[in-house]
Amino acid sequence: MEIPNVADKWSGSVSEITLGATRDSGGSRQRTITIGGAKSVPFMNFEGNPGHKPVVAMDVYDIPPEDWPETLAKPFADVLNDPAQWAKKCVEQYGADLICLKLEGIHPDKGDKGADHAVKVVKSILAAVGVPLLIWGCEHDEKDNEVMPKVSQAAKGENCLMGVVTQDNYKTLTATCLADGHSLITLAPVDINIAKQVNILVSEMDFPLNRIVMFQSTGALGYGMEYTYSIQERERLAALTGDKMMSMPVICDVGHEAWRTKEAKSDDSEVPQWGPSEERGPIWETITAVSLLQSGVDIIRMNHPRAVATVKKCIDRLY
Amino acid sequence: MALTGLDIYKLLPKTNCKKCGRPTCLAFAMQLAQKKANLSDCPDVSEEAKKVLGAAAAPPIKLVTVGTGARQVQVGEENVLFRHEEKFYHPTGVAVTIHDDLSEAVFNDRLKKINSLKIARVGTEIEIDLVALINKSNNAEKFAEAAKKVSGGSHLNIILSSASAENMKAALATCAEKRPLIHGAHTGNCESMAAVAKEKNCPMTVTASTLEELADLAERAKKAGVEEIILDVSGDNPKEVLQKLTKVRRAALKKNFRALGFPMIVFVCDEDPFQEVSLASTYLLKYAGIVAVNACESWAIMPLLTARTNIFTDPQKPIQVEPKLYAVGDAKEDSPVLFTTNFSLTYYTVEGEVEASRIPAFILSVDTGGTSVLTAYSGDKLNDKVVAKAMADAQVETKVKHKKLIIPGLVAVMSGKLQETLGWEILVGPREASGLPSYLKTVWRA
Repeated sequence: MEIPNVADKWSGSVSEITLGATRDSGGSRQRTITIGGAKSVPFMNFEGNPGHKPVVAMDVYDIPPEDWPETLAKPFADVLNDPAQWAKKCVEQYGADLICLKLEGIHPDKGDKGADHAVKVVKSILAAVGVPLLIWGCEHDEKDNEVMPKVSQAAKGENCLMGVVTQDNYKTLTATCLADGHSLITLAPVDINIAKQVNILVSEMDFPLNRIVMFQSTGALGYGMEYTYSIQERERLAALTGDKMMSMPVICDVGHEAWRTKEAKSDDSEVPQWGPSEERGPIWETITAVSLLQSGVDIIRMNHPRAVATVKKCIDRLY
Repeated sequence: MALTGLDIYKLLPKTNCKKCGRPTCLAFAMQLAQKKANLSDCPDVSEEAKKVLGAAAAPPIKLVTVGTGARQVQVGEENVLFRHEEKFYHPTGVAVTIHDDLSEAVFNDRLKKINSLKIARVGTEIEIDLVALINKSNNAEKFAEAAKKVSGGSHLNIILSSASAENMKAALATCAEKRPLIHGAHTGNCESMAAVAKEKNCPMTVTASTLEELADLAERAKKAGVEEIILDVSGDNPKEVLQKLTKVRRAALKKNFRALGFPMIVFVCDEDPFQEVSLASTYLLKYAGIVAVNACESWAIMPLLTARTNIFTDPQKPIQVEPKLYAVGDAKEDSPVLFTTNFSLTYYTVEGEVEASRIPAFILSVDTGGTSVLTAYSGDKLNDKVVAKAMADAQVETKVKHKKLIIPGLVAVMSGKLQETLGWEILVGPREASGLPSYLKTVWRA
């Protein structure tokens, strides 16, 4: 029996962004990464180009993370004090496509370190690895506005992905990224209308649309994952139907959110009925990631090597 | 394809008699199109209209029931491709496999383990739905014996899987009253398997390697008298499986293609349980009616069931917890009292952090209609009077000896008024729940 053709025809597409710059284009990266470009809903290449394969950015912190449970800290035990070696391990041993440097230590409550510290860490990571870099502030507006411009200048020409700007605090970082040739992450927590609004605000400063990545904050599996899922699904459909202000690639912060959950971080003695944390933690991160992939994600921030390996293999098999 | 209001109007008497309770036939037609009215409200409707509208009203994806009674699994009858368009109605059934060629001890152990896959998290118990018994031995007697054991030894619904109609008949004879799902019909045995299913009025799957063959096979099963059909789209290539799931759902919903208008089942099998559960979750999110896995550990099943809970949540309705006073840990009369809203996501986040602090405490969940702290405050669903009423309803002053209330940092602005209304000392807590452990350990203890 003949089956009706169910391929949808889309007029729009997700915009394409290249991150990182090699020596030829003014940077020092050994390779660049291109994301976005989808002209179909995720993984449905029978109706159009599914775009570039989603990539995994592994988190590296500028200071040793305080609240990581044993299961998560173990694979990094030898490098938690050394962001450059940490980044190297993620790329060389664990297959990270990108490194996401989280500048936790500059937060007023978490060390209040200054721009010198941040610049030093950024430079050491750029020297240690050849992949493109994401640089994520501490999400404290004043402190980010003080430190991030200096970080941006120090990495000038490397085409890093810098974050995050919000509708209340976007001018400083947008202007710096524009001047130093970086791309930008716009944040609107679980709100599709504000998501569009931030993109408009940033683009009104003449920031090119094809250098923006959207972030809607991420709900972990069991903790609001479905909110993130539906917003991202709506954004992807809006991009495909031609809404230019919604056509940016999307990033998710899966690692941090998944490892905050009771299911991932509890000791075995607290929850014996849930099974060993060695399995329980990494699989919680894995399933948060693979679930969100179905809604349309281009970059996933992740932590545990086993989760990273599983998700990358799963992407390869579905793509 | 769904009929529009105008299509329906053309089939009505057009007398505007108002007997249906609507001012005009057109108004009635519009409500019919939106499924807000029943055709039976019109006493003068023609037989022809009944036929046309009846056929159009049949759900594009058939509802299939596996099992009986309160635990039965119902899948199908979905209306949308994306949950934000409406909602997903019938949660994917989760099955765990067991083979009939296992030694008795191993079989019993595994069945016991499968039976115990009930997991309590954030205040509810989630559980798998089915055991899938696989006729690995290819032997009718062994299969029947195992089916009898599963039927007698498990509260779960049953899938019987065998390529042989003879074996199926033998196994079904031991557990037909449980109304198991018959799995194993393919192009070579469709009619004989259908006869077995039909005799006991059981639902049946059909398996084929392409969607074209699958549609043919579903028609054959229907002709052979099986009403409730599930399409098996399992395969070795995950990309193909995922695309088939989408193609079938779209064909049914967007093209009203009846031959594929059935729910789907996927058997997922991978040596690596991480990979297996990743694929099973993916299929569950994208339209599988039933997923069957080999993984049988609580750590593997819990995320799969949680993904199901998340995706089948009604997106229009904030989920709420009962507004009352909750004791976390061994809370006593000198323990801290905090309040938050009854939006479940908010409440469970707060509860999780309080639990993590290991300081026993009382959490008062204030009824804000299931909205978060800021939303409730802006909508005036959270003010000093609402909190005072919640405190009184829960008789908080009889539970603790002190008069100190910790309030969410996001509504610090209401502390003055609240202090006046309640006569309690107001302590402003952290803005984010994640700050609670350090707040309770330092500020509260100090």
